[in-house]
Amino acid sequence: MINKSYKLVTLAAFALAAFMFSFSDRTGQAISPGAVSAVAQQNQPRHPEAKSDSGNLVVQLCDGKTSMEIDGVREGEVLTPEKAREVAAKMMAAVAAEQSRQTSKWTERDRLTWEREQKRVIEEGDKLFHDWKALGGTIGISCDMCHPNASNTHAETYPKFQTQIKKVVSIREMINWCIENPMEGKPLPLDDPRLIAVEAYMAAQRKGVPLDPGKH
Amino acid sequence: MWPLKWKKREQEYRRERADFFQAVGRLDRRSFMKIAGTAGALAAAQSILPPHSFQLVDVVEAQTAEKPLFRFAYISDTHLYERTLNERFVKATLRAVQDINALDPQPDFVLFGGDLAQLGQPAELELGKEILREVKAPIKMMVGEHDWFLDMGERWREHFGQPQYSFDHKGIHFITLMSVNEKDFWTERKMTPMERMLTVAGLDNSLQSRFEVGDEGRAWLRRDLAKVPRTTPVVIFSHSPLYKYYEPWNFWTADADQVQAMLFPFRSVTVIHGHTHQMLTHRIRNIHFHGMLSTAWPWPYAPEGLPKLTVQMDRADPFDEADGTGDGTIDVYRGGYVDKNHNLWSRNPLTVSRAYLESWGRTNVPPAPEFKSY
Repeated sequence: MINKSYKLVTLAAFALAAFMFSFSDRTGQAISPGAVSAVAQQNQPRHPEAKSDSGNLVVQLCDGKTSMEIDGVREGEVLTPEKAREVAAKMMAAVAAEQSRQTSKWTERDRLTWEREQKRVIEEGDKLFHDWKALGGTIGISCDMCHPNASNTHAETYPKFQTQIKKVVSIREMINWCIENPMEGKPLPLDDPRLIAVEAYMAAQRKGVPLDPGKH
Repeated sequence: MWPLKWKKREQEYRRERADFFQAVGRLDRRSFMKIAGTAGALAAAQSILPPHSFQLVDVVEAQTAEKPLFRFAYISDTHLYERTLNERFVKATLRAVQDINALDPQPDFVLFGGDLAQLGQPAELELGKEILREVKAPIKMMVGEHDWFLDMGERWREHFGQPQYSFDHKGIHFITLMSVNEKDFWTERKMTPMERMLTVAGLDNSLQSRFEVGDEGRAWLRRDLAKVPRTTPVVIFSHSPLYKYYEPWNFWTADADQVQAMLFPFRSVTVIHGHTHQMLTHRIRNIHFHGMLSTAWPWPYAPEGLPKLTVQMDRADPFDEADGTGDGTIDVYRGGYVDKNHNLWSRNPLTVSRAYLESWGRTNVPPAPEFKSY
């Protein structure tokens, strides 16, 4: 559903773009690169200007990616209405073809956000793992002292039965056990961001090791 | 006298166990059954299942063949904080002192394997010195990086003298090396002494340089070895392993190859090292290497580079704070090679014999662990 409505909105936007082509053409103004988006987005960041080395006119769609070089028309010249409609149709067809392949709404920006946030939390966990005070320890013992590079923590084996706790526990409960016992601190709430950060660091150190819950 | 706060039951158990192993040493056929009975009782007291106690028979075999020339003991890697911050490491150190003092006969001397302090603080070193004063046998001190990098050994030298020295004992030449020097990584980064100390103290902190004996140290070693006949057995004490095990954790000595090359011409060389907090065994040509246990905490085996001859210790139980830690004794034999007795506090003691190393691991294989590290 989401994808479908998303597509409809996208198509509406391109229809508007095509209309503006013909509008500017009728008023006798030259269709120049960037003109379409510039009308609607005067204060927005602009797309990179599309230019041709050979000096031909280049027309760009408001997606900032789809552009087309018009053979035989020099930059600054005016397209005939027929030619403009033909160009618009070709470019919209190209976009439609592109759209038919896209099934995800996720963009490069989403991917960068995921990456950045993951890195931030892992780095925070790295700091906590090496800082007994920050995790509420009281006797100078930090995680890394027994677990350099989170070795021997086996993030990939949780949840698993801990004989001494007498039940299947998540890795956060085991981290809490360590905070309470060797570190002599107070256990953290299971949704405490510090606990999540330490878990993220430990999991990152075991990245690529096959998931094997229950292994001892 | 330092207050020793041990539960009476534990004291009794340890005395019983010490008596037992002493008896094993001078065992004849007739008293075997009696001893074996004690062994069973001890194992039962620890709720240990039969396969573990079989190793007692190995000890018998190793010790009936030839009597050692002498025995020395070790305490290593105590990592003391000030007592007000951390009592646990203090108690563990006291336990080791009590173990060693209970040995009868007493060892000829006791090696302290380095990392007396956690962060090289004056109060930590003083606390360590005060505790070690309770050891009855003479102490041979070795320095570790945790003692050194706050003030570059100034305080440690005031207490214990030069970190590099040699001595002869009953025909064996002993050398204590200062093997935790590091090339300057701190000046350029404008680190304070405490920042430098904390960087070195972090095992997985990759900012620091790798350990080395260094140019000066190797020159001193060359001069020292020049006086020693090639047939004289040599035993080296070194805090870092004197071979290349795992670089990211500084289980590593950068100039190990050069140091080993100086030792190859000797008939027998043994290296006893600290730092790695685990049972570790290695052999390169004529050099046998043995790692010492820490009293403070065990370290997991590194993900790669573990020497093939190493008999791993069973994975430590995090719910038992003494597990994976301990102290030990070393029996030196006429040829110079040694039997290394690991006194793991929560397990049965385990010996890695010279025969095991001399046969490249073909005979006298110590029992394998139940759970290997992964």
